[in-house]
Amino acid sequence: MTKGRLWKRSLVVGLLSLLPTIASGCAVIGGSPQSVNRPAGDSMRKIWDLFVPIFWLSVLVFVLVTAILLFALWRFRRRPGEDRRPEQLHGNTRLEIAWTMVPAIILAIIAVPTLSLMFELDREPGPDALTVRVIGHQWWWEFQYPEYNVVTANELHLVVDRPVRLELDSVDVIHSFWIPRLSGKRDVIPNWDNVLIFTPEEVGIFPGQCAEFCGIQHANMKFRVVVQTQDEFDAWIRQQQQPAAEAPADPLAARGREIFLTPANACIGCHTVAGTQAQGKVGPDLTHVGSRGIIAGGVLENTPENLARWLRNPQAVKPGNKMILPRQLTDEEIEALVAYLMSLQ
Amino acid sequence: MVESALKLERARYERSALVEWLTTVDHKKIGILYFWTSLAFLLIGGLLALLIRTQLIVPDNTFLGPQAYNEVFTMHGTIMIFLVVMPLNAAFFNFFVPLMIGARDVAFPRLNAFSYWAFLFGSLLLLSSFLFGAAPDGGWFGYANLTSSRLYSPGLNIDFWVMGLQVLGVATLASALNFFVTIVNMRAPGMSLMRMPVFVWMTLVTAVLILLAFPSLTVGLVMIMFDRYFGTNFFNPAAGGDPVIWQHLFWIFGHPEVYILILPPMGMISEILPTFSRKPLFGYTFVVFAGIVIAFLSFGVWAHHMFAVGLGPVPNAVFATTTMLIAIPTGVKIFNWLGTLWGGAIEMKTALLFAASFIAMFTIGGISGVMHASVPIDYWQTDSYFVVAHFHYVLFGGSLLAIFAAIYYWFPKMFGRMLDERLGKLHFWLTLIGFNLTFFPMHFLGVDGMPRRIYMYSAGMGWDLWNLVASIGAYLLGASTLLLFVNMLKTLRKPADAPADPWDGRTLEWSIPSPPPAHNFDVVPVVRGRDAFWIEKYGAEEVIGPAPERHGAEAGHNPQNPHNPGPGEGAGHDQAASHGAEHHGDSRIHLPPPSWFPLTTGAGLTLMGIGMVMHASDTLGSLGFPVVGLGIAMVVVSLLGWTFEPIHEEGHA
Repeated sequence: MTKGRLWKRSLVVGLLSLLPTIASGCAVIGGSPQSVNRPAGDSMRKIWDLFVPIFWLSVLVFVLVTAILLFALWRFRRRPGEDRRPEQLHGNTRLEIAWTMVPAIILAIIAVPTLSLMFELDREPGPDALTVRVIGHQWWWEFQYPEYNVVTANELHLVVDRPVRLELDSVDVIHSFWIPRLSGKRDVIPNWDNVLIFTPEEVGIFPGQCAEFCGIQHANMKFRVVVQTQDEFDAWIRQQQQPAAEAPADPLAARGREIFLTPANACIGCHTVAGTQAQGKVGPDLTHVGSRGIIAGGVLENTPENLARWLRNPQAVKPGNKMILPRQLTDEEIEALVAYLMSLQ
Repeated sequence: MVESALKLERARYERSALVEWLTTVDHKKIGILYFWTSLAFLLIGGLLALLIRTQLIVPDNTFLGPQAYNEVFTMHGTIMIFLVVMPLNAAFFNFFVPLMIGARDVAFPRLNAFSYWAFLFGSLLLLSSFLFGAAPDGGWFGYANLTSSRLYSPGLNIDFWVMGLQVLGVATLASALNFFVTIVNMRAPGMSLMRMPVFVWMTLVTAVLILLAFPSLTVGLVMIMFDRYFGTNFFNPAAGGDPVIWQHLFWIFGHPEVYILILPPMGMISEILPTFSRKPLFGYTFVVFAGIVIAFLSFGVWAHHMFAVGLGPVPNAVFATTTMLIAIPTGVKIFNWLGTLWGGAIEMKTALLFAASFIAMFTIGGISGVMHASVPIDYWQTDSYFVVAHFHYVLFGGSLLAIFAAIYYWFPKMFGRMLDERLGKLHFWLTLIGFNLTFFPMHFLGVDGMPRRIYMYSAGMGWDLWNLVASIGAYLLGASTLLLFVNMLKTLRKPADAPADPWDGRTLEWSIPSPPPAHNFDVVPVVRGRDAFWIEKYGAEEVIGPAPERHGAEAGHNPQNPHNPGPGEGAGHDQAASHGAEHHGDSRIHLPPPSWFPLTTGAGLTLMGIGMVMHASDTLGSLGFPVVGLGIAMVVVSLLGWTFEPIHEEGHA
């Protein structure tokens, strides 16, 4: 086989091998609960609508450049044994001015909607907006609703079609708040009063996670956003506003409460349960932990089995996290604690 | 006469091979040291990449724990940028810039050796962290206050990173200074600025970028060091500091750094495409000025790495606009490379294939870069896998593919042996396929909302397929890179029989034997136009580039430079040629003598870094400052020795 044939054939094989990747890519993208091509909030919808035409423009540019490249390589290849010296052409000023102008014009076209959308995304919402204070902790999220006097963790409840103004702060290092299907990112920086504004447009549960590397468990600093109708949201708020139940009727849960509140067990050093002497501020507020869908910064679904697994050895579930038990809990203690925590609805 | 003078010189420094390499100040030997050292680091950085891809090959994987993963991705980035791409570029600066401008060495040969040794020792300091189980774990960008506070990063990990990078920074700055002065002062007669090969131009521009950008990194690292060691609180929000200041300092360095990594490869492409097309570079002036404009703009775009920080829409608008502007000169370069191929007589050698694939792959990276410049789109894409895809298309699809092209192109000149073309083409195709298989699916993962720098993901996230594909691609890419090493090692065992000019080259390095003699040029060449050697071989229809008489001051006519006598006063090119001929009589080829001091200075500098790391350790803390003192003493003594070391041996002055 001649060299020319070899490279031509390899080129075809090479390109063909890329095709299935690209083709199947189109079919198998968008399947994630975090896929941005299925936006469920106004911010992400506008961003995606800006992206799509720029994407097709990009495809056009790439196809054009690659087509010229491949054609030139094929058309002007040196055949075996051929020894020719082409005309020593040094350039063409008109052509070069033209291809300086073309990208400039394309970029100007991209710049206009880019800048206008950017200003639009930062526009302050009306007075009906829901304000939530988002506080980043290594490696979990705290959500405070100042107008309702509600504090929760790892699960953000929002109202469909009601604009939300998230006030972002961090107690330790820099994090970044990201709910891919609802909005773009905004960094969560200690002492910076960053704000993220958007309007959820679909009822549902949308996962999000920290997007700025923030230490050993950055991967597991996850949360979920529950977008509800106004009625569902109001019901949730009413439930969250109730103080934690007094000593529960279930004797197992009552035993768990006793273990939880014993200072030597150190639970109350870090956690709050409203209406008890547990007022720690280091870990998540547990007043209504039983009502949440996830625990441990979104690593585990909130089930009795998972809660027991967590209490048995938090460092095995999420290595490096800040929950250090003073001693190994017994199975009996874990069972009681799970009963108590799940009763905190 | 030349021969006998050289023999004399050689005899004077007859030493063992090891000592010769340790004390060499020959730019070609230093280039070869850079070459093999950074290729060895490429294997380490590549291995780390395979560890990353192995951890992410399936969801919920436990192959690496979170700590190990964070160390691995931090070191992968740090190694590939500072220990692989930059020094590989430096290898080619060292070996080829003097040859391409017709010089016998760089301006400061011993400083050049120092740069290499400081680079090697700084790299080893950084890598030694693995031996102590304390590899850096804060990302290559080392964001404060995660890195600046011992509260959040208590180990020695970040100390190794800060000290290693500081030593590497000194090496880099010294090297940039050296190449800047070399290119400005040491050009052969007739080599006006606008006749310089584009690779030399891009080296010059890169040197300026390094000189202006690295001080910002140095200052930032000093502040992190002070926060960690002396409690200065620059980046501590609890004490009124601001961690975002680090981001500004880092990216004011970090974005020009991207062009420090890509402009030299663009220069390589601009040499390789013309050679294998047998045509001059299309639009030389445009390509050169595009490089300069890119470099200038690169200092005004840093905050596009920080769009999500919340600087506000007005600063974001400014940085978005400057970032889009930078795409214009980049686009110009791409069109000019296509124009170079167009109408040529293209020879499908491995070097050309790599260079041509650079155009396509770099275009993908450039286009996704324009997407990031659109701030709202960046709110989504930043810190997602879309960005990981983007910069690998720029740094692998751009820098490394061009460097591979340069290896196939220049290996014969460096080692006197032609690399195997069949293995080379296999390497090329496997690389192209493996590369795209690895990095193209990362765009999809970005659309699917996968963030960067996560050590694991759960099965329910729908990221399984593309992570699997990317990991398979990475193994293929790893295997293909091994083929390059097989090819080089196989070739080095063959006899050194490469011709002086195997590719019908256009620039001066092809006018001398492969490998070149120690003194490079028997006679300092006289340059009559752009593509100097091509003109000598085939004549020129017209002389290209401004002739020396119009730019007398910059035409290499430099009476201060005894190594490189100019052609004399105001000679036109014809006269210059005859003047040059008279210099046949110049037998005073002076080769600078070898020296130990560059090595000991670099070692002393690194010892200071080692001492600072020790100071932070629990067990060796008390030894820390004494070791720093020892390092300082070693640097001072070495510099004194260096200063008083005779550089002109008797009888050669």
